[in-house]
Amino acid sequence: MSDPASRAAVLRLSAVSKTYHIATPQEHEVLHGIDLRLESGELAALVGPSGSGKSTLLNLIGLLDTPTSGELYLLEHPTQTMDDAGRTRLRNEAIGFVFQFHHLIPAFSVLENVLMPLILRHGKPGADDIEQAQSLLADVGLAGFGAKKPSQISGGEQQRVAIARALVTRPALLLADEPTGNLDTQSADRIFELFRQVNSRFQCAVLIVTHDNRLAARCSRIMSLVDGRFHSSASASHRP
Amino acid sequence: MIPGAVHRFLWTEGLIAVRFLFENVMQTLLILVGIAGGVAVIVFITALITGLQANIIERTLGTQAHVRIMPLDEVNRQLPPADNAMILLLDSPRAQRLRSINNWQAIRDMLDAAPDIQAVSPVVSGPALARRGTARASVALVGIDPERYQEIIAIAPSLIAGRFLVGDGHALIGTELARTLGLGLGDKLRLDAGDGRIAVVDVAGIFELGVRELDARFVYLDLKQTQTLLDLPGGITVIDTTVNDIFTADRVAARIARLSGLRAESWMETNGQLLNALRSQSLTTQMIRVFVGISVAFGIASVLAVSVVQHTREIGILRAMGSSRKQVLRVFLVQGGLLGLLGSAIGAGIGWALVQAFNTLGPGLFFIPVPLSLIPFAMVIACLTGVLASALPARRAARLDPAVAIRYV
Repeated sequence: MSDPASRAAVLRLSAVSKTYHIATPQEHEVLHGIDLRLESGELAALVGPSGSGKSTLLNLIGLLDTPTSGELYLLEHPTQTMDDAGRTRLRNEAIGFVFQFHHLIPAFSVLENVLMPLILRHGKPGADDIEQAQSLLADVGLAGFGAKKPSQISGGEQQRVAIARALVTRPALLLADEPTGNLDTQSADRIFELFRQVNSRFQCAVLIVTHDNRLAARCSRIMSLVDGRFHSSASASHRP
Repeated sequence: MIPGAVHRFLWTEGLIAVRFLFENVMQTLLILVGIAGGVAVIVFITALITGLQANIIERTLGTQAHVRIMPLDEVNRQLPPADNAMILLLDSPRAQRLRSINNWQAIRDMLDAAPDIQAVSPVVSGPALARRGTARASVALVGIDPERYQEIIAIAPSLIAGRFLVGDGHALIGTELARTLGLGLGDKLRLDAGDGRIAVVDVAGIFELGVRELDARFVYLDLKQTQTLLDLPGGITVIDTTVNDIFTADRVAARIARLSGLRAESWMETNGQLLNALRSQSLTTQMIRVFVGISVAFGIASVLAVSVVQHTREIGILRAMGSSRKQVLRVFLVQGGLLGLLGSAIGAGIGWALVQAFNTLGPGLFFIPVPLSLIPFAMVIACLTGVLASALPARRAARLDPAVAIRYV
């Protein structure tokens, strides 16, 4: 803790484990003592085969689930001592999510989807909120799409809306779960490029979970999860 | 802080609730029809039974006093037995002669001052024989103070001929008596109260109260003439009263009896059957309302349970974006409340229309008024029912594990 660099960490995991079905015959540990540190401005890829615990780790980092043991600090807040309401608030303030299946809410327009994290936080959005959401839509190349319904736009466009939505709260940490999983190569490249731009422009830490080694190779850091442990190449060297 | 919280509550949860409801228009419309039907039934049946009961009560109590105050029956008094003595008693009950209420002016004034008593009218009443030529009919003489008695039983509106005039040898008789004795307006009627007390009166008016017994037997005179005929100078035999709330008549009667030492009989004692019928009707209506209400509540609950499943993934996304469990809970409570409110507004309208249709197109036996308070009351109850019915689905939605819900397909 005395190390000054550790205070600047966006995310810090120490000896985090996750066990499912505790005290039943099906009990099994999915993550074994994970240590991880993510700083602002980092663009990291989390790779690994199916069943390696990627989704579990992402749920823990996204405060959607709690570790069985170990410590998880988000912006130096000790999350393991927080209650559900506290974790929810921190999630709203510090984390932006992008999911594989876009996960826009079909009952709302594109603009309302982008505004949703702010609406959940403080009710009716103000003029500056709307302006910010619209400029984010322009940033992801969807200026003028605000009034459309999610069902009226393509998969790649939906994923751009999801990215704009994840950024509307200016989160310190952007989590993406297979963000290009069901897009064609061209769309996937454009989405990845967008993550890169977001990363350099907003200086937020970005963690992308992916199967796609080609995309992972373009990240500044690759963490490989195998059977609930980081592979030896976990602290992979930075790449341009 | 509090107005802000209310604003937030109304806005965010309301917005999401409304959008979720609009997303499945067909489903929402179907449940609205269900709620509206239930509320229409409740509004219609409540108005119908309330109107029916008001009508029955008006017809029954329109021709009788709510509380009648009479002297106590005369009983044989016995000396207390001496010590160690046994008494064999042969008691023949006494004949109840016509007696006046002692000090009735004071009792009348006391009743006039009571806040829950509407009208007080002293009456002197007894049997007599009415004759015209060779025709005879047994009648009940009723001596009244016209102004006071009008407040108890409205005779003037029931007059079908002549005018409301008693005293100075004038009398009012019922239609049945007029028919039996062949009497018309201005005809002479001979009244024989026994012991040679006879009077001849002019028929000043003929009334029809709609109760055969009264129309055939009642002869209204003024107090003085009746007192003379019945040999009760200055006395009265009954004090008739009406009360503000007819369903408290039994309590008022008990209180008067205690205070005055007289016998006080409420309409509820003398019309036991009617009261029983009214109460059973109210109970039946209440049960219909409760069961319809329960059906509506289950309808709302099941639709929202389906809605929770349909929106599982959205709930997961909302939770991931920082929506609290309480927010999710309220989204579904608001949906239940909105369904109840909207459905009951439509239902109350239909119920009101049904009542109007009954009033204009129905058998026309009686008129049903729709109390204005009934509609907002039904809406508030339906809204609360909706919120209560949505409690379980809402709780389930709030308890969804966001990590699982998000991957729900």
